[in-house]
Amino acid sequence: MNLHEIWGEIFNFADYGALLSLVRNSLIAGAVLGLVGGLAGTFVIMRDLPFAVHGISELSFAGAAAALLLGTSVAGGSIAGALVAAGLIGVLGAKARDRGSVIGVLMPFGLGLGVLFLALYKGRAANKFGILTGQIVAVDTPRLSWLLATSAVVLVCLAVMWRPLSFASLDPDVAAARGVPVRALSAVFMLVLGLAVAVSVQIVGALLVLALICTPAAAAVRVTASPVLMPLLSASLATVSVVGGILLSIGSSIPISPYVTTISFLLYGVCRAAGAVRTRRGWTARRPDTVPT
Amino acid sequence: MIALHDAALSYGERTLWRGLTLHVAAGEFLVVLGSNGSGKTSLLKVLLGLQRLSAGTVTVNGRRPRRGSDLVGYVPQHKSVPPHTPLRARDLVRMGIDGHRWGPWRPQGETRRRVEDVLGDVGAAQFADVPVELLSGGELQRVRIAQALATDPRILLCDEPLASLDAEHQQTVTELIARRRRTHNTAIVFVTHETANVLPHADRVLDLAAPHDSAALPA
Ligand SMILES: Nc1ncnc2c1ncn2[C@@H]1O[C@H](COP(=O)(O)OP(=O)(O)OP(=O)(O)O)[C@@H](O)[C@H]1O
Ligand SMILES: [Mg+2]
Repeated sequence: MNLHEIWGEIFNFADYGALLSLVRNSLIAGAVLGLVGGLAGTFVIMRDLPFAVHGISELSFAGAAAALLLGTSVAGGSIAGALVAAGLIGVLGAKARDRGSVIGVLMPFGLGLGVLFLALYKGRAANKFGILTGQIVAVDTPRLSWLLATSAVVLVCLAVMWRPLSFASLDPDVAAARGVPVRALSAVFMLVLGLAVAVSVQIVGALLVLALICTPAAAAVRVTASPVLMPLLSASLATVSVVGGILLSIGSSIPISPYVTTISFLLYGVCRAAGAVRTRRGWTARRPDTVPT
Repeated sequence: MIALHDAALSYGERTLWRGLTLHVAAGEFLVVLGSNGSGKTSLLKVLLGLQRLSAGTVTVNGRRPRRGSDLVGYVPQHKSVPPHTPLRARDLVRMGIDGHRWGPWRPQGETRRRVEDVLGDVGAAQFADVPVELLSGGELQRVRIAQALATDPRILLCDEPLASLDAEHQQTVTELIARRRRTHNTAIVFVTHETANVLPHADRVLDLAAPHDSAALPA
């Protein structure tokens, strides 16, 4: 295969219009997913949970693989796996210093189970590969409804918890003193994060969820520290990554994930550069009219 | 404002302090001393309603301490802020006012003005828009004090607010807090190891140093 052919494999825009109508569901799913990933990612970054996201997505993968083997709903399986993982990490890893090791123990176990289920599964190989690396054609209307319903739950929970969860993430002691139910919030957030991971797994695949739930937020926090602009920017970056990834990948036979991860990585690079400029120009500059006396 | 009667605190078998009887009136400046692990932070947690006494009684503003009271401000023992926190100094102060409420951030003119006021009070107005993770230790400490003062509390609990500050900032922060009690008649409980700077402002000193039979000493 020469370079030209490889390029043709990666970017193929023949019959684009016809294909576009086929992925309408996926585009809707992608846009909603960008919103979910970008907003949940804000707290993943603040609470230092990227490793937890990865751990949850591996168990979500195991759940989806089990569902595939048993012939039940893959969406249900991935949600169940993600919730079990999020619950375990929330309970066993409540203290930040235990969390890493708890996840390190859970993750290979989940991945191992997933490999076992996939090895036993005798169906289409595309199904197997899809759970790991993402798929877009598979978003039929019942699946889309699932996805939208789960996303709605995540978004409502995040909206309700937003302020106290920010407070508890920044300063748990003071938040507790002000009456914020810190421990309950942190447990509920883990479950919400589990749901967010499970829906992401369905589109970008278990291996690459971080590109959706971590990268956009990590990029956004480089350019703004406003508690309102940062999540909005994060959600926009995530949406651009997923929708852009879908649009680029339509014509090719390649899974969607490399497109999404590449866009989101490039956006991160741009934001980092912009942040560096901003810092050099004096982000920390004090207001000139009130220079310390 | 604060009344402890024959109070004791133990974690399991270990008694931190007992027989503690103490009254703090409005506008009074109480300095709490004691070695590491003597239970100073735990005492503040009792006053905040985050920790129960093992014996004795405690009242704050005439009632059992409860969480989330606007009448009590709290400056926690020094900690750095987590990295990658999308919050500016002004947002940290605002959390003291409505950070515990449900729902997303909403713009509110009145809250905004209040935040500007307290930031000005502690001399932090010029770095109001700096991300919290980029503030120096002393700046962050002043912003934390502004947060604690944001609800205009009648009692201010400060847990080693001078730790990690240079001599000049120690003085600034101490004077800031001492001024507060003169202007607003706020009762101050001030935990510290820095006796030199603080004792001149103190009305009374509570020494938890001898962990097993501590008592309130009039200064
Ligand atoms: N929730 C808890 N459960 C069990 N033991 C605790 C708890 N909180 C504090 N302790 C113990 O109580 C002792 C006093 O803790 P505290 O934080 O009140 O000390 P401190 O006087 O503030 O010390 P420092 O000067 O180091 O801040 C410590 O030995 C600590 O290990
Ligand atoms: Mg302490």
